[in-house]
Amino acid sequence: MVDATVSLDQEIDAKGRVQDYIALLKPRVMSLVVFSGLAGLLVAPGTLHPLIMAVAVLCIAIGAGAAGAINMWYDRDIDAVMQRTRGRPIVQGRVAAPEALAFGVVLSLFSVMLMGLAVNWTAAALLALANAFYVFVYTIWLKRRTPQNIVIGGAAGAFPPMIGWAAVTGGVSLESLVLFLLIFLWTPPHFWALALYRSDDYQRAGVPMMPIVAGAESTKRQMLLYTLVLLPVAVLPSFLGTAGWIYGGAALGLGGLFVLCALRVMRDETHRAAKQMFAFSILYLFLLFALLILDRAPGLLSGSLLA
Amino acid sequence: MSGDDRNRRPGDSKVHRAKRGKNLAILAALVAFIVIVYFVAIVRMGG
Repeated sequence: MVDATVSLDQEIDAKGRVQDYIALLKPRVMSLVVFSGLAGLLVAPGTLHPLIMAVAVLCIAIGAGAAGAINMWYDRDIDAVMQRTRGRPIVQGRVAAPEALAFGVVLSLFSVMLMGLAVNWTAAALLALANAFYVFVYTIWLKRRTPQNIVIGGAAGAFPPMIGWAAVTGGVSLESLVLFLLIFLWTPPHFWALALYRSDDYQRAGVPMMPIVAGAESTKRQMLLYTLVLLPVAVLPSFLGTAGWIYGGAALGLGGLFVLCALRVMRDETHRAAKQMFAFSILYLFLLFALLILDRAPGLLSGSLLA
Repeated sequence: MSGDDRNRRPGDSKVHRAKRGKNLAILAALVAFIVIVYFVAIVRMGG
C-alpha cells in the first residue's frame, strides 16, 4: 500500500512541468501582493539600495507564493469540488501533494532567511508571521470553520506593505499600520463579492462563506459597512504625510465608487453587480497603491503641482 | 508505452523532458541565488 502510494507520487511527480510549479505559487494573487509590498518600500521614509530593494520584493513574492503552495496542498480536497479551483496542479494530478508541500515549505523558509540576511530581521519576522498566519490561522483553522474566515484571515494579505515599510525603516509605525488596515478592510467586500456569485461552489465544498451562512442580504449589508469604514481609512495616508493630497482626493473618489458598487450590489437581484464589484475591487486597490507611489515620489504629482 | 515513445531515443520521452525542464529550472534558481548572495554581500560590505 505504501509502495503503491510512493510509486504513484513518483509517477505524478514525473508528469509535473515547470509551469505547474509556477501555478502553485498563485501568480495572479502574487502580483497584487508584490505591488502593495513595493508601495510600502517606496513610500517609507528613508532609502534602500536598489539591489536590496529588489531582493526585498523578491522575498515578498516568493514568501506569498510559498504560502499559496501550502494552501493548495492543504485545500486539495475542496479544490477538487470547486469549479474555480479544480484545474489546479495537485487536483489535476500533475504535482504530487507531498511535493507541493515540500516546495511551499522550502520556499517559505528560503524567503524568510534571505529577507533576514539581505534586508533586515524585522521585515523577515513580518514575512514569517504573514506566511504562518495565512497557513495556520486562515487555511487550517478558520477557512472551514467560520464565516469570518476571510475577515480575520485577510490580515495575512494585508502584511506586504508593512513588510516593505519595515524593509526600509527596520520597524513598524502608525503609517505602516494604516497601510495594513487599508488592505484588511478591503478584503471582506472583495472576497464576499466573489462569494456572492460563487456561493454554489463554496457550498459544495462546505466552506462557510458569509453568503451561505448569513445569507446574501446580510452579506451585502456588511460589504457596504466595510466600504464605508474603508473610505476614511484610505485617506489617512494623506493626513499622516505618507502621501500627498492628490492621493487623498483620488482615495476619496475611488472609495466613493467602491461604496456605490456596494450599494448597487444591495439593489441587484442578479450576480451582475457583484461580479462588477469584484473586478472593481482589484482595480481600486491597484490604483490606490499606484497613486500612493506616485504621490509620494518627489516631483511626480503633488510635488510638481506645488512647485 | 505509446508508439511515439517507442520511436524516440532513450531519455527523450515526455517524462524525461518534464524532468529535464524541472532540473534546468532548479539549476537556474540556484545560479540566481548564488548571484544574489554575491551582490548582496558586496552591497552590505560596501555600506
